[in-house]
Amino acid sequence: MRSNTLKTLLLGAAFVGAGAVAASAGTLDEVKAKGFVQCGVNGAGLAGFGAPDDAGNWTGLDVDACRAVAAAVFGDPSKVKFTGLSAKERFTALQSKEIDMLARNSTNTMSRDTQLGITFTGTNYYDGQGFMVKKALGVSSAKDLNGASVCVQSGTTTELNLADYFKSNGMTFNAVVFEKQEEADAAYDAGRCDAYTTDASGLYSIRLKMTNPDDSIVLPEIISKEPLGPAVRQGDDQWESIVRWTHYAMLIAEEFGVTQANVDEMKKSENPEVQRLLGVGEGVDFGTPIGLNKDWAYNVIKGVGNYGESFERNVGEGSPLKIARGLNALWSKGGLQYAPPIR
Amino acid sequence: MSRIETDTVFVRRDFLEPEAPPPSLGGIPGWVRKNLFSSPFNIAISLSMLLLLAWALPPLIRWLFIDAVWTGTNREACLPKNGETVGACWAFVNAKLAQFTFGSYPADQRWRPSLVMIVFFVGLAWVAIPRMPWRRQAVWLMLTAFPVATFWLLYGGLGLPIVETSNWGGLLVTLVVAITGIVASLPLGILLALGRRSKLPFIKIVSVVFIEVWRGVPLITVLFMASVMLPLFLPTGVNFDKLLRALIGVALFTGAYMAETIRGGLQAIPKGQFEGAASLGLGYWQSMRLIILPQALKIVIPGIVNSFISLFKDTSLVMIIGLYDLLGSIQRNFSDANWSTPSIAPTGLIFAAAVFWVFCFSMSRYSMYMERKLNTGRKR
Repeated sequence: MRSNTLKTLLLGAAFVGAGAVAASAGTLDEVKAKGFVQCGVNGAGLAGFGAPDDAGNWTGLDVDACRAVAAAVFGDPSKVKFTGLSAKERFTALQSKEIDMLARNSTNTMSRDTQLGITFTGTNYYDGQGFMVKKALGVSSAKDLNGASVCVQSGTTTELNLADYFKSNGMTFNAVVFEKQEEADAAYDAGRCDAYTTDASGLYSIRLKMTNPDDSIVLPEIISKEPLGPAVRQGDDQWESIVRWTHYAMLIAEEFGVTQANVDEMKKSENPEVQRLLGVGEGVDFGTPIGLNKDWAYNVIKGVGNYGESFERNVGEGSPLKIARGLNALWSKGGLQYAPPIR
Repeated sequence: MSRIETDTVFVRRDFLEPEAPPPSLGGIPGWVRKNLFSSPFNIAISLSMLLLLAWALPPLIRWLFIDAVWTGTNREACLPKNGETVGACWAFVNAKLAQFTFGSYPADQRWRPSLVMIVFFVGLAWVAIPRMPWRRQAVWLMLTAFPVATFWLLYGGLGLPIVETSNWGGLLVTLVVAITGIVASLPLGILLALGRRSKLPFIKIVSVVFIEVWRGVPLITVLFMASVMLPLFLPTGVNFDKLLRALIGVALFTGAYMAETIRGGLQAIPKGQFEGAASLGLGYWQSMRLIILPQALKIVIPGIVNSFISLFKDTSLVMIIGLYDLLGSIQRNFSDANWSTPSIAPTGLIFAAAVFWVFCFSMSRYSMYMERKLNTGRKR
């Protein structure tokens, strides 16, 4: 009863927040007026997505999403300020206008997208639950894990997905359940279980903390859908378009081979797709209708590079995580990353 | 005959040279014998402790120093290579030291917090050591000019580039939160303690309610409310600085605890002291300032310092509202994939523990010194 009252209060507060947002709109104008994008990222840090470097600057795939939006708006990827948020705070911070956009490895789900007064603008990383095993086990597919003991953190959807997967494949398993992630890490490292399961992006960063990282491999099967993406407040279509199309611009750039290094040369390209992306040519201007300059996408590529570059730098082969592109490859290369055309 | 005897009477005018104690009681062997091996029970305890140390210390020292990695620029340095064990990864702490001290404070502006810290520690030593000249003036400077100058130097303005509090971090935030909490909570606590003992019903009720509410809520809840709930109730666009919210929360919270500590001291003062003060014709504030509080505060020094130390360690809770104190900055860096190895977490946490211990132990020693110095007429 008490908790119901509290819930009602919270919801009410959330609606007040959302209502006020819808009434005032114009996040872009506010952002331009204050001169920077305020972006919510993972406060505790998540390797490859939002983590500090040696100098204390934020780096990562999510951080690049923020910098790209800053580049699109101001032509300068450094005009962004970061707010470190916990999982509990993140949506409130967006509703209460503490931040302009959220890029904090948040899973897009129906209830979040429809009930919290926020909108997900796309998927910058297709994550999902996976398995990590010791190489010595000689297993190359999760289908071979019949009878295995699996380390898993308790009280998460991970545990439920695990049971579902084994049941639907007619296999048995022995769950070794831990309260804390650190305990599960240590147990797997000490060889108490054959396999470890959590979100695939997490598996790669956990692998780095193993005594011998190269002794473990992440299996190719992904058994749940965890599309991670940036989110904005509901009711501001212009700002939503900007964040959404900034991601698309990075995808299109990769598709047509436009990189941070060659973007200036590419301005001379004869390819009409590239010309429309970079705002080159008579009357080619897709920026003004969303409140930006016509070279908005040029600035994004110049500032942070295309999606592939950002991926490789932060989580891919160019980083210690070495995550394969997998689902995050372009649609033309067998992945799910697909951007509508600019025209 | 008798004359001769009196002439030779010997009256000793100086003391005999004291003899050295028997070897079994003096020096190190004596101390060991007296303190460690004085009874069969003590012998048993001492031996088991020695065994424990012999079991625990060598691997610890090995891990901390001998097998430790001192230099390196990324995780490769601290990775175990072909089977050899790797101890503490001090290279990680070394690479991140500036961040652990100042957070994301811009590198070219770090002289500002450095200057503030130096001035603070010099000023603190000046105020804390009784022999120093101009001590009273130093106290006033530390309480008036120093906070203003600190705010200007740390935040900026008036010619200095502004550094937002979201860029502050590390030890800087720990010190700012702890010192503000300490400085604000003592006077607040005194006022609340006096208020709770007041005969005026309104003041008494306000004090009691304030103390009981703040003391009845965990600090983590206070901070969480300030960061998550407050923005929902404020008009959109109105945002208090996060650090300011934390400072206010911590100060009020500690003030409530401080009030009860000080009230304990007030209750220990005999009624005669109050009556004596009144019979001298002193008013309420005069008698409190001159007679009651000096005695009451002296009694509760251990309790006050206890609160300060616990406040200093509680500063780590600001992590949950997205501020990075010393511990928060260290933990945040565990997610840096460039350094991710099995040994960085224990190394970072041991470093944090060592820094916290140095500060808390210093406070503890200074309070013991103050107790001894102020212990006039109550020595037991």
